[in-house]
Amino acid sequence: MTSLTSLTIAAARDGLRRKDFSALELTDAYLAAIEKARVLNAYIVETPDQARAMAKASGARLAKGEGGPLEGIPLGIKDLFATKGVHTQAASHVLDGFKPTYESTVTANLWRDGAVMLGKLNMDEFAMGSSNETSYYGNVINPWRRRNSNAALVPGGSSGGSASAVAAHLCAAATATDTGGSIRQPAAFTGTVGIKPTYGRCSRWGIVAFASSLDQAGPIARDVRDAAIMLKSMASVDPKDTTSADVAVPDYEAALGRGIKGLRVGIPREYRVDPMPPEIDALWARGAAWLKEQGAEIVDISLPHTKYALPAYYIVAPAEASSNLARYDGVRYGLRARDASETVAMYENTRSQGFGREVQRRILIGTYVLSAGYYDAYYVRAQKVRTLIKRDFDEAWGRVDVVLTPATPTPAFAPGEITDPVQMYLNDIFTVTVNMAGLPGIAVPAGMSEEGLPLGLQLIGKPFDEATLFQAAAAIERAAGSFTAKPWW
Amino acid sequence: MSVDQDTVRRVARLARIRIDEADVPKLAGELNSILRWIEQLNEVDVAGVEPLTSVITMKMKMRKDEVTDGNRAAEIMTNAPASEDNFFIVPKVVE
Repeated sequence: MTSLTSLTIAAARDGLRRKDFSALELTDAYLAAIEKARVLNAYIVETPDQARAMAKASGARLAKGEGGPLEGIPLGIKDLFATKGVHTQAASHVLDGFKPTYESTVTANLWRDGAVMLGKLNMDEFAMGSSNETSYYGNVINPWRRRNSNAALVPGGSSGGSASAVAAHLCAAATATDTGGSIRQPAAFTGTVGIKPTYGRCSRWGIVAFASSLDQAGPIARDVRDAAIMLKSMASVDPKDTTSADVAVPDYEAALGRGIKGLRVGIPREYRVDPMPPEIDALWARGAAWLKEQGAEIVDISLPHTKYALPAYYIVAPAEASSNLARYDGVRYGLRARDASETVAMYENTRSQGFGREVQRRILIGTYVLSAGYYDAYYVRAQKVRTLIKRDFDEAWGRVDVVLTPATPTPAFAPGEITDPVQMYLNDIFTVTVNMAGLPGIAVPAGMSEEGLPLGLQLIGKPFDEATLFQAAAAIERAAGSFTAKPWW
Repeated sequence: MSVDQDTVRRVARLARIRIDEADVPKLAGELNSILRWIEQLNEVDVAGVEPLTSVITMKMKMRKDEVTDGNRAAEIMTNAPASEDNFFIVPKVVE
């Protein structure tokens, strides 16, 4: 019998319904796998008691022939999502000891549909990072290694724990969030599938805020079908988030069966960066060829403001973050510095001790660009550039249905390899435009690097047209196959 | 526009983050390299372009102006570092 943890959500769902195994057996298999894989540091907190209780309740429902679409499916939850009574700290010291008295809407939707929580997943502090090296709880390790090497690699970030846990089969799938690429870049680094849906598709209520106009929740999963199943449950319109959209959530799984004959796929020339790594260029061309072979039409397009998306992002995101993170002052929750004789000293010491270096850097940048005299030169200009980026896409949608690009400029790198902040930011060069324009984007594994590491392609879609993204991503998956890390842990 | 060491101290004070004096030169260097890279936005012609306010075109939702939640003082206090009788305790602010 194959190991229970090797099953996709779709396969586990069928097995549970057929009573090949119980929900508790499935959860216990994952809990054992997590215990054996602590070296990856993917989980910050394991919740075995809660997981078993939820699995037993699922088992009872399944026995009666009842149960939701995710009944008995064990999931990992990024530490950014508020989970009632359970560690929720955005992997930051500043939220030391914080246990919410409420549940995020996205996780509440998953529990409503029968899913089981295995624990909270590591991440970059406040989702600020591209390598999961900024977590207060230490680096996450990628289950993938270079061929003939034992050296550790980063899983990408900020959803590094989610990506690592999914790739190492430490959960059936995971929740994640994406502000500039934090779902898609780690998915690409670990051979998993990650989708950032349209802004407004998932409620942001109960998700620790980073940059509110860019943040979106989405899943990281083992294949396109599982990502489709997850997003269907996660998405909802929510009275508690006025930016959540009142747009019907279609049956994404049904879209997978549809072929892509006649689908118009745009290839934006501005994504050919200088210098373009040859293996990324080849991967991109191969992806386009696969789609063409399956009946799609390939169209060259131009998105002229692409190169300005990342610098504009590094004004907008830190500006919003400096405002959102003002709430961590040591008064109402989390850490309070001990050496605080008066309030300003209490604020300054708490924030100095509680925030890590990258978070402090971004708060300072954000405070600076919003400060008197600089607001128009930086923030307003960046928001104007954002209008132009969105307009580029709006014009492209007249000619194409989806846009195909690489997901990342490189495969996974080693911890400590990138120390310059701007070099680290360039990891998101292909993903950040999507957040700036509020569009959905999916990263799907498409091949291996020369060193034996997974590489991903990205598909970008029209607003609220995630179904077409799943359809096109499934076509790439059919051609590329799947990629599974060999266990060494 | 470049950031000098006094500006770093001023911005840190505005952000209510205490920074070590020894860290100021390094922070100034890092912030300058990020801001230099951001300067490329000056190449873009933004004349007549409206700043983006919402990525998705939708009407702002309205709801009835009525109380839908509340009476959760005890719940709100559960994570407070210091509290007494549903008040947050902070260092003395008036003499």
